[in-house]
Amino acid sequence: MSFSLMEGNEAIGRGAIRAGCSFFAGYPITPATTIYNTMLELLPPSGGVCMQGEDEIASIGFCLGASMAGAKVMTATSGPGISLYSEQISFAIGSEIPIVIVDVQRLGPSTGSATKGADGDIQFLRWGNSGGLPVVVLAPVDVADCYALTVHAFNLAEICRCPVFIAANKEISMTRETVDLDAVDLPPVVERTPAPEGAPFLPFGTKPGRNVPGFLPIGGSRLVRQTSSTHGTDGYITTDPERIAQNQERLMRKVSEAVDAAPLFDWRPAQGAETLLIAYGVTARAAGAAVRALAQEGTAVSLLTLKSLWPVPERLIRDKARDCRRVVVVEMNLGQYVREVQRILPGMEVSFFGQMNGELISPHQIRKVLRHA
Amino acid sequence: MPSLLNPDRPPVFCPGCSHERIVKALDRTFQAMGLSGDGVVLVSDIGCSGLFDTFFHTHAFHGLHGRALTYATGIKMVRPDLHVVVTMGDGGLGIGGAHVLSTCRRNIDLTLLVLNNFNYGMTGGQCSATTPREAQVGSGFLNRLEQPLDVCRLAEVAGAGFVARASTYDKELVGIMERAVAHPGFSVVDIHGICPGRYTRRNRIGPADIEAGLRRLPPLTEAAPDERKTEYATAYREEAARLAPPPPPARIKARLSPVGEARQEIVLLGSAGQRIVTAGELLCLAGAAAGLNATQKNDYPITVMRGHSVSELILSAEPVGYTGIRKPTAVVALAPEGVARKRGLLADLPEDALLLHAAGVEVPETRGSVRSVDFRAMGIKSPDWALASLAVLARENRVLSPEMLQAALELRFRGTVREAALSVVHKVLDPEGGKPTP
Repeated sequence: MSFSLMEGNEAIGRGAIRAGCSFFAGYPITPATTIYNTMLELLPPSGGVCMQGEDEIASIGFCLGASMAGAKVMTATSGPGISLYSEQISFAIGSEIPIVIVDVQRLGPSTGSATKGADGDIQFLRWGNSGGLPVVVLAPVDVADCYALTVHAFNLAEICRCPVFIAANKEISMTRETVDLDAVDLPPVVERTPAPEGAPFLPFGTKPGRNVPGFLPIGGSRLVRQTSSTHGTDGYITTDPERIAQNQERLMRKVSEAVDAAPLFDWRPAQGAETLLIAYGVTARAAGAAVRALAQEGTAVSLLTLKSLWPVPERLIRDKARDCRRVVVVEMNLGQYVREVQRILPGMEVSFFGQMNGELISPHQIRKVLRHA
Repeated sequence: MPSLLNPDRPPVFCPGCSHERIVKALDRTFQAMGLSGDGVVLVSDIGCSGLFDTFFHTHAFHGLHGRALTYATGIKMVRPDLHVVVTMGDGGLGIGGAHVLSTCRRNIDLTLLVLNNFNYGMTGGQCSATTPREAQVGSGFLNRLEQPLDVCRLAEVAGAGFVARASTYDKELVGIMERAVAHPGFSVVDIHGICPGRYTRRNRIGPADIEAGLRRLPPLTEAAPDERKTEYATAYREEAARLAPPPPPARIKARLSPVGEARQEIVLLGSAGQRIVTAGELLCLAGAAAGLNATQKNDYPITVMRGHSVSELILSAEPVGYTGIRKPTAVVALAPEGVARKRGLLADLPEDALLLHAAGVEVPETRGSVRSVDFRAMGIKSPDWALASLAVLARENRVLSPEMLQAALELRFRGTVREAALSVVHKVLDPEGGKPTP
């Protein structure tokens, strides 16, 4: 065993390279800038491209063009940049452009506090697009997660052909940590599925039983059409309500089914626990410490750490909550994901503890909440 | 070469629209250049100019209003061999102004055709960035208050390699577009034309007025393309080829023993410029060299060289969960800015904790054992106090050992920087001794 010392942002960059990322574009913003720095160091010497856009809109635009030309792409920003990405995110959803988007969350609203952590964008990432179709959001807990979840994010972007977010947090991204990189459990890298040869190429056509169209890059021998307009399988505008509805439902289904099949999470059950604690991101670390301390006092609490946040792993949460009497959700905001937990556990006592002041929620605070739960 | 027009999708513009003539002229351009559809990408945005890509048998990318140049740039960077042609109206020009400016500055090998008809045709003829002040448009009096933009002069100043103006009715249009597409850099052609659906309903202009309007504009200073300018994608690859890949992250083997079993929680309190974060990193490396898990959580404002700098460090044989610190084993106070951030923590210090402070830096009353160190008297300057504090701890085998600190310095520094750091450490560990061993 050997340790490397790195912050979460460097691990995200290295995870991206591991996943085959060859194109990055970003606009400097604390606390995401060191991802850009990492990519600038890693990509150009290996034949890849790292660009600095004139703004966030350009940065993600470069990525969408590069992705359609066949590259695996990533961009990184913080809340203010996600706001500017929004229209391009909607485009990537509707036009099925694979892209990994890192949101290193900082304390909002608005420009807020550049060097303070938060998990305030959790609903924004899901709903910050026009049309309201689903995206994938993964939340790392530590530096090892930053590395592994980035590979997962690229895989899911390829599998679903959609934007996949990494909901990081200043408190993971800019915190240095020892990590045994060789011991991190990485999934095999997934490559883009090409469209079948021979048949006429329909850029948004799917094979029977498949939810995701095969891909051909712009610039190949077969002509590719990409469009942000409401389109049929041929990539031309359509006004046919039936074809439109079929396509929208497919966009919904393809993402839900892919994540529902294999949500990412960490499960620490406690014998006889009546309380289930649900956490994600950096707060899961304090939750783990709180649950351990309570166990020493003789109080059993089970801990579910969600790493797939969106689509909500509904079956998983129902399953883990089945034998409990109450659920407690802790988040570094004033109550966002708890709404999802309440929605899928009707009739169950679901309580919330949150904090939005730039400080980490401490194990001490969580213990107090759990004692009174 | 055959036409690249899509016979299944003939143009659908209003009768008399300039755009239709430009579609045909662009097709003649592609033919004259002998281009095939798979070597061309048409990138378009929103508005009537955004229909262009549907009329051609080429690769096509139709995106958001004013953002076409961003997609085109991404495509070109991945596939520099493709001819990438962007169509944009005067609407896209306005909303995407930052992209136009930046693409000029990059001088990347794209061709931008501005289909300039002086108004937003699709949404009802509102004023755009190029609407003349005297025009009657769908924005009431608003256009009378804004100066119309001459994109060519802007493009010249901003560094585009090829800039030209033309009338839709100009016999030279195909020739100009051919030179633009062939130009190995960013080329801009501002094509003035007529919008019969909206603009000419209230503004009586015809081809002769368009020509006259063009003649009234100040001449462009660089009629000939400037071949000396470097093309971005080519230059990018040349620069990148000179770069050596960085080494993989250091794998630190546990070859030393930690100073004890207990988990260590250390807080460094200082100000910007005191290399607090670097000292924190050294402590983590020292821990890693002794097989310990380490975390470093930093707090500093967005300002550089001013304000507090706080580093919270945990060394532990077990994996570290929560990275905050409530009951530190040692606190190092090197500047009032840092002390001010953690007054509560200092007041609440456990009895067995050590509070090490630089002489002259006031610390609040505390239960922990307090030690003042006069770094100045040791000939150590403020930017080295954080490192020197680690040496003070190492001298007493608290938190880390001298060997762990030595290992950290070897992992972190090379050459003269390492020598300078070792010399600071020696001033603490061996104040009476001679020169440090390199």
